[in-house]
Amino acid sequence: MNHRTYFDVEGDDRSALGAQVGRQRARVTERLRDVRRVVAIVSGKGGVGKTYVTVALARALARRSAVVGVLDADLQSPTVARLLGAAGPLRVADESVHPASGNDGIRVVSTDLLLDDGRPLAWRTTAGETHVWRGAAEAGVLREFLGDVAWGALDVLLVDMPPDTGRLADLATLVPHKLSAIAVTIPSDESARAVHRALSAARDVGVPVLGIVENMSGYSCGTCDTIGPLFTGNAGTRLAAAFDVPLLTRIPFVARGAATTWLPTALVDAVFPRVADHRSPSTDHRSPATE
Amino acid sequence: MKFLCIDCDTQMTFEERQQPGDGTFAASFACPTCGRRVAMLANPMETQLVSTLGVEIGGRTLDEQPLEFTRKAVAGRDDAFAEDSSPTAPRAPRPVWSSDAEERLTRVPGFVRGMVKKIYSDYARDRSIAEITPAIMDRAREELGLEGM
Repeated sequence: MNHRTYFDVEGDDRSALGAQVGRQRARVTERLRDVRRVVAIVSGKGGVGKTYVTVALARALARRSAVVGVLDADLQSPTVARLLGAAGPLRVADESVHPASGNDGIRVVSTDLLLDDGRPLAWRTTAGETHVWRGAAEAGVLREFLGDVAWGALDVLLVDMPPDTGRLADLATLVPHKLSAIAVTIPSDESARAVHRALSAARDVGVPVLGIVENMSGYSCGTCDTIGPLFTGNAGTRLAAAFDVPLLTRIPFVARGAATTWLPTALVDAVFPRVADHRSPSTDHRSPATE
Repeated sequence: MKFLCIDCDTQMTFEERQQPGDGTFAASFACPTCGRRVAMLANPMETQLVSTLGVEIGGRTLDEQPLEFTRKAVAGRDDAFAEDSSPTAPRAPRPVWSSDAEERLTRVPGFVRGMVKKIYSDYARDRSIAEITPAIMDRAREELGLEGM
């Protein structure tokens, strides 16, 4: 016998799954209605300093009077909350979960706030076969972090992405219109290859790239103005040329004060220009701070 | 997904869902023309997969709670969330569970047990019910549409 296709069978889907998924996406859209832009910090590899750039950028933006949120999408290796001084518990009220408040008033949500110290991300289930559903489960947590958290009006929601490239596609599906990305690399050829893949992934899913940050670009001893060599290679320049995007800045590794929040103005400008066109509707009375 | 009665060439309608135990999820459908009924039984892994999507076959009977999937699925700290402690009206004391009711709760799959227990507890507190018994659970199921809980 020849079966008809799903679409040949008339009538609404009585399982109601499609409609529920549609409502989930609509809820994300509604929740982020007052968020001006969502910026994913990506790399395609670990150890290049994505989280450092995310945290430093968030604090620099907040000190420029931007209203900033940070979503830690690195669900399995969450570090953002602690770096931003945010602590739980997360308050549940008004049919929403409210983000924790971190340094400089930055709103933070991270699995770091949910897990016991020293414990990995694990699931309450006896179902087994975790390889079948774990990816969907993580995407579900990301969706809820976007759609169920009372982010409020934000100038920028920064998303600290995991090292892999796949999560950006999930994010692009959930936040299709206001998502952009900044790629972080270190100078080495190996990093260039990995970050190239991440940038290709961004291009494939239609996420505009604001630019490249070359982190650990030389070494500063912290006692003089000299920047010495650290890694060989010029990944930042190569990637910027390959994808026709700006190399926003090079950040040297600083022996002392490496965890400070200093960032070049060019990078901060890329996310939150000093001109008024990115000022929050809820903060129009403020004047952009100077650095 | 659609369930088609081949003999009648008619889409079957959703009837009910249950979680009878062992991680099994059951959903039944019936043909509106000939009345034939079928049950779809999902194994624990399939049940988990549907749960991760944050959806319920046949549609939801309760509004989705904030971070519902995350809160029930992530094995995290007990104090990760704090319910707003400033309700507009004082609530009744937390109800106790009879042994029969607790035994029945153990039949609910572990990954949703906490949420189900909270639903019953909230139901009881909202009605100033001091003790949750199987009869109260039945009443809550009927009023809230909690099939299989």
